[in-house]
Amino acid sequence: MSTTTTPSPGASREDLARLAEHWGERPSLRAWFATVDHKRIGRRYLVTAGFFFVLAGLNALVMRTQLARPEAGVVSPQEYNQLFSMHGIAMIFLFATPMLFGFGNFLVPLMIGSRDMAFPRLNAFGYWVFLFAGLFMWASLPFGAAPNNGWFAYVPLSGEQNNPGLHMDVYALGLLFLGISTTAAAINFIVTALKLRAPGMSLNRVPLFVWAIVATAFMVIFALPALNLDNAMLFLDRRFGTHFFDPAAGGNVLLWQHLFWIFGHPDVYIIVMPALGIVSAVLPAFTRRGVVGYPLIVLSIVAIAIISFGVWVHHMFATGLPQLSYSFFSAASTVITIPSGLQIFAWLATMLLGRLVIRVPLLFVIGFVVTFVLGGFTGVMFALTAFDQQVTDSYFVVAHFHYVLIGGAVFPMLAGIYYWLPKITGRMYHERLGRWAFWLVFAGMHVTFFPMHLYGLFGMPRRVYTYRSEPGWAGWNLVSTVGSYLLAVGLLLVLVGVVHAVRRGRPAPADPWDGDSLEWSTASPPEPHNFPVLPRVHSLHPMWDERTAESVGPGATSDRILSEGRHTLFTSELDAHPERAVQMPEPTLKPLVLAAALLLFFTSMLFAWYPVAAVAALTVAATIAVWLWPPRPLEQDLKVVP
Amino acid sequence: MTGHGGVVAAATGAEALSTELPVGRSTGWWGMVMFVATEATLFACLLGSYFYLRFQYGPQWPPNGIGDPELLKPLVMTAVLLPSSLPVVWAEHGIRQGQRWRLRCGLAATMVLGATFLALQATEYAEKLKHFTMTTDVYGSLFYLITGFHGLHVLVGLTMIGWLLATSLRGGSFGAHRHERVRNAAIYWHFVDLVWIAILFTIYLSPRL
Ligand code: HEM
Repeated sequence: MSTTTTPSPGASREDLARLAEHWGERPSLRAWFATVDHKRIGRRYLVTAGFFFVLAGLNALVMRTQLARPEAGVVSPQEYNQLFSMHGIAMIFLFATPMLFGFGNFLVPLMIGSRDMAFPRLNAFGYWVFLFAGLFMWASLPFGAAPNNGWFAYVPLSGEQNNPGLHMDVYALGLLFLGISTTAAAINFIVTALKLRAPGMSLNRVPLFVWAIVATAFMVIFALPALNLDNAMLFLDRRFGTHFFDPAAGGNVLLWQHLFWIFGHPDVYIIVMPALGIVSAVLPAFTRRGVVGYPLIVLSIVAIAIISFGVWVHHMFATGLPQLSYSFFSAASTVITIPSGLQIFAWLATMLLGRLVIRVPLLFVIGFVVTFVLGGFTGVMFALTAFDQQVTDSYFVVAHFHYVLIGGAVFPMLAGIYYWLPKITGRMYHERLGRWAFWLVFAGMHVTFFPMHLYGLFGMPRRVYTYRSEPGWAGWNLVSTVGSYLLAVGLLLVLVGVVHAVRRGRPAPADPWDGDSLEWSTASPPEPHNFPVLPRVHSLHPMWDERTAESVGPGATSDRILSEGRHTLFTSELDAHPERAVQMPEPTLKPLVLAAALLLFFTSMLFAWYPVAAVAALTVAATIAVWLWPPRPLEQDLKVVP
Repeated sequence: MTGHGGVVAAATGAEALSTELPVGRSTGWWGMVMFVATEATLFACLLGSYFYLRFQYGPQWPPNGIGDPELLKPLVMTAVLLPSSLPVVWAEHGIRQGQRWRLRCGLAATMVLGATFLALQATEYAEKLKHFTMTTDVYGSLFYLITGFHGLHVLVGLTMIGWLLATSLRGGSFGAHRHERVRNAAIYWHFVDLVWIAILFTIYLSPRL
């Protein structure tokens, strides 16, 4: 598939052959399942998350069809409950974060000049767990057993008495299962960015996208446990008769909400932050200059990551009894204003000071700015408590958070897809098709969600399966529905564009955009070992800088070629001084086996086959033990990097 | 490629040799620290939930005549668990100097202490279960969830230690240049130990305050 390989003059032919031998994978079924290559795993994340997006989008289309006119009967109320719940859950947990982690997986090692992630097998494991957890949850929908309690699953409605059946067990177990994947990926990103950066890439030269991913990963580490605990207690309450959320026996329903929002506050940033990182990565290539105010943006990323936790604490202390009916997206948007406003101004300044190259990725970035800022406006409106009381749980809220999430996450992702498609597939996309897609998506988005502000203000509540014609909501609802079809056509065109590129696209050069970060120095698509010579980084924009280019040219020292094995380089955490070369793991099936054992565990917990669950748990332990068994002392030795 | 001299090459592998250099933390170390960070957050949420439910409940805690928890046994358990970190430290220092016997003895001692802790916890449960269970009321739910979850961590830690012991019986698994796994398991074990102090305070001491 590799069409335009730029043979690096720094590595000899023998070096290249050796690298190909150590890193290459012969295509076979086993190799497909056993791969630990971050690029293949990243691609799988993107495709799988895209698939879940399509499913969740289809849910939304069914909902919009049902709501197109008053008292329609496309779906029953019970089905509608499952549709909006699965839509929200899948969009938040199975699409947004995994999609962005897919970009991270593919790009972080390439951007920092490494040959893989810090823990390649853990990476593969994380992907399989994500896939299985997603299928686990989606499989419940055809059986009518999908979660039906909204995406935040408040007790007591989600308790056993009020909600019998498997619905909420699927929710609790599915999210616990998925949490393993998210945590593993987060740890992997942090360690990769700390230890595997190319020599010379000190912290002040780390690309903004990598900063954003790492900050996100830190938020995951400290936010996700709250959600996991919440779900564990929910499951125990439902299945084993504990009383955490049962006021009759001393429990407290508010505990659910506290824990949920300890996670939920940061989660908005967990979704939006890496997307903002994509924006910062895309802009330089289309403005022909670096993003204005790099240190300020880094600062605001770090600030957001920290404040996102403080917000919750402050929220609780200030109000005593927390008003948790208050939409959490609103609070998030209010507080995000300062640091993220700063980022918006930095991007606007970049665009003003730079020379704009209007291509599809830039269009999506502009669409992002417009939509996200509008979402921000409505967010600030919620800060007026009186107004908030008025519109809470109305369609105004639905409009607001779709502006934030589609504007703040989906548009940047689409920009990223067009921008990196040449790198990921080795093919160029069709520009005109891309423009059509952009305008349809942009128009469809606003036609769908802008009217929701209106009928929200007119009083239409969210999460209702139908409405009567008297209040006069019907016309605007029809507009929304038409808009959602338009949006769907636009997204379909994106898909067509990707398939077209893969099938028919013009072969992409290594660096079609004259981009600034290191991924553009690799072939399109990159070789399995990414870099024939690990670069020595001399500036924030290594591709625009002669000295970095020279470092991979003739005269590159063998301590950065490392062709004697499957090796990459560790560098120091802050300054990226070379420390030592390390052996990277070979492809293996163990991650898949481990993930499958976990799937068996969660499935048998769901159906209360406890003996099977016990066997599965033992299998998990055994697989981990074998996985970590120390290798036999090897005969050969590793060259020591000074 | 040729080895750098027989001795080193025979005793250590590629990965191992690299750990010999006194430069920087390894990825494994960072990975374990991050894992412990997220686990610590989980325990913090758990203990936070305990206090939240307790203070929302009212003045009488534990409720329904369950009575303040007995202190003797938990204190004995503390006396068993806390020192169990010392043999791990001793073992780790030993293996850094290539003394495999220290590694084996230290790990074995920790195994004994950890297993004793779990046995004591089992007897404690046997007594308590006569009075109240997980389903009695929220206090029971909290008590068994928190102590049980910690017990599970002790079990996982013991499995790690046992696994290290088993692998260390094979010559060459660990040595002066290859002891990363020992250090990582040690970090986890110290963590499990420290969490116990927080649990001791929360579950056993705080109701008496
Ligand atoms: C692709 C076009 C989309 C359409 C047409 C759409 C449509 C809708 C509709 C109509 C509802 C309200 C259901 C109700 O309250 O009765 C809804 C809820 C929701 N949507 Fe979307 N949506 C779309 C994309 C997204 C995206 C990209 C995300 C997040 C990344 C998202 C997240 C949510 C969430 C969290 C809810 C709330 C679910 C709940 O009430 O529990 N949606 N969506």
